[in-house]
Amino acid sequence: MTRVTVGLSTCGIAAGAEETFTALETKLASLPDAPELQRTGCVGMCYQEPLVEISNGDGVRYLYGHISPDKVGRLIDEHLGQGAPITDWLVWTSGGKGSDHAYLSRQHRIVLRNCGNIDPESIDEYIRTGGYLALQKVIEAKDPDGLVNVMIESGLRGRGGAGFLTGMKWRFTRMAPGTEKFIICNADEGDPGAFMDRSVLESDPHSVVEGMIIAGYAIGADHGYIYVRAEYPKAIERLTIAIAQAQERGFLGDGILGSTHSFHVKLKEGAGAFVCGEETALMMSIEGKRGMPRVRPPFPATRGLWEKPTSINNVETFANVPWIVINGAKAFNSLGTANSKGTKVFAMAGKIRHGGLVEVPMGISIREIVFDICGGIRDDRKFKAVQMGGPSGGCIPAELQDTVIDYESINKTGAIMGSGGLVVMDETICMVDVARFFLEFTQRESCGKCTFCRIGTKRMLEVLTRITEGGGRDGDIELLEDLAARVKNSSLCGLGQTAPNPVLTTLKYFRSEYEAHLTNKKCPAHHCQKLLTYTITDDCSGCMLCLKACAVGAITGERKKVHVIDQAKCTVCGECYKVCNLGAIAKD
Amino acid sequence: MHTHRRYNFKNQHFAGQEGRLIPLLQQAQTEDGYLRRERLEEIHKLSGIPLAHIYGVATFYAQFRLKPVGKFLLRACHGTACHVSGAVELSQAVEKHLGVPNGETTADRMFSIETVSCLGCCSLAPAMMINGATFGNLSPSAAVKVVKKYQKGERS
Repeated sequence: MTRVTVGLSTCGIAAGAEETFTALETKLASLPDAPELQRTGCVGMCYQEPLVEISNGDGVRYLYGHISPDKVGRLIDEHLGQGAPITDWLVWTSGGKGSDHAYLSRQHRIVLRNCGNIDPESIDEYIRTGGYLALQKVIEAKDPDGLVNVMIESGLRGRGGAGFLTGMKWRFTRMAPGTEKFIICNADEGDPGAFMDRSVLESDPHSVVEGMIIAGYAIGADHGYIYVRAEYPKAIERLTIAIAQAQERGFLGDGILGSTHSFHVKLKEGAGAFVCGEETALMMSIEGKRGMPRVRPPFPATRGLWEKPTSINNVETFANVPWIVINGAKAFNSLGTANSKGTKVFAMAGKIRHGGLVEVPMGISIREIVFDICGGIRDDRKFKAVQMGGPSGGCIPAELQDTVIDYESINKTGAIMGSGGLVVMDETICMVDVARFFLEFTQRESCGKCTFCRIGTKRMLEVLTRITEGGGRDGDIELLEDLAARVKNSSLCGLGQTAPNPVLTTLKYFRSEYEAHLTNKKCPAHHCQKLLTYTITDDCSGCMLCLKACAVGAITGERKKVHVIDQAKCTVCGECYKVCNLGAIAKD
Repeated sequence: MHTHRRYNFKNQHFAGQEGRLIPLLQQAQTEDGYLRRERLEEIHKLSGIPLAHIYGVATFYAQFRLKPVGKFLLRACHGTACHVSGAVELSQAVEKHLGVPNGETTADRMFSIETVSCLGCCSLAPAMMINGATFGNLSPSAAVKVVKKYQKGERS
């Protein structure tokens, strides 16, 4: 049967997918033999939203990009009416065609297996694709120890960033004394630039719920919490639906699938604190307190939520679990490198041509992701660096683009794997400003418990700010390095211990940019506003637009004659640069 | 009850329900738009949780507001991808258009503006959110255009 589906996750909706859906509803209703119209989650091609897929009765799937409501009429008339797909709009087909075929065909999707393929609000669709079979298998096997061993053997490591072996975490929690234990799903995806977890929760919430129930069975927990960011309303909505459906079908609740095992899941909305992504702070928050981390050990596996043994795993980690149970540890650990198994989902953003979600086997290089899959840098600019791991990570320069994706190789560069945000930067981006941006973030988000994190990040931010504003002093670089070491060594939790990483990696790979800011008072990327000089070139036609735009009267000139900027009066606000239609204003 | 043992839960409703404080504050804020002092005192009286602790939690989390907000809450994303795609310029344009700085509310109580760490729409950078709706791929002028639509009542 012919089916038309529309990607309706946050990205799609922001790009206008709901309007497209409504237009399709109207259009399809006018057809005599109306095909099924369906909602789906995130296909992962965010740069092509709104996305519409038509799958013909013969099983061939056609994915169309940028389908705004005004294109709907032609799409349906030609593709369905005349049976002629519109090749110009095609981005991918299951037959190997489409402009962006490489984007999807080079990926290996385990976590994203259902994303964009099923209706996230329908448990029947999840079951139709093999959902909850893994849970059934686990319950029938009645062997939680064996299950833990499978997880260890699979080599799955925590996808939240630190990369601890998931199976080991489960084993410690299972072995910890106590009858009451907890599972927590960390869905407090706070790294700016990361949106993998949001997409999974919005597109395939049942895979996460199923992973949690299996984890509960493995460690002997009958309660679980999903701690999800309040900034993700769509994810919360779909998780709520998924939990209710799973309860109704007997996958959640007392006596799951006729066994004696019980599992209940509660949804906890975060309240906007980045530090709550840290496990001990997250537990504090669930307990209704200020989200401040505490000393480890004791680790949550022995003393966690309400002081009971607790296993905290990330969204992506849980989404891997049902797949591993069904396909076996071998199928998973045959992918990847010696110490990093399976796949990793990356959220591609920044100056990349094809931004979106990419799931690749570990061991692939940064270059392959950026160029072969995502089409390289936007506007054909020069590739400068990738930022990995958010505020805890660092910038890897273009020279190291052959670095492979595995936990250890990424750590060697000074960045970290992190949760999977990968922000691509081109030559127009100032690395000192990027470091300042992250410090501003960590300084604001520091909970204030550790002195060096609270005050040290503030001092580092002040130094970075004055460097970008032209007030840098001799010895500032050394001062930054000294402060960075102290903040790293004297902080209790990951936030403080990793906060200096963006500064340290940019200092390591882009030291000359810092020096240019300090000594020459120039920003090589022409980004730092206060270090710029604007001049008018001979291309000026004398249109007087800039003269009118200048708020301080620094520009003089007559109609049809080249204008001049009086540098003494200029406040480098950049308004003249913005209004000039001829590109006759140069910045240096 | 070990964790909150120093609190005397007078009301049955709260007994054994540790961890209800944040959801209660969230509910109060959803209903009132911000955390009213009277409401916090009410929570204190019902639960026995010290008012200082309630304020401690309310001021720790970025979500909670102790001042009323406008009818529309505009949250400009300042995540990494948005930052490198012109989020600062976007915020400046919106602030200039509405005539209030970041974190403030317009005199007519129509708009409150704030910046957020990341909305998770990084491939649509720069992005902003007005109440529940997300807008992406904005230029400073496109953002102002969206705001104008709300001001004219074309969107709500």
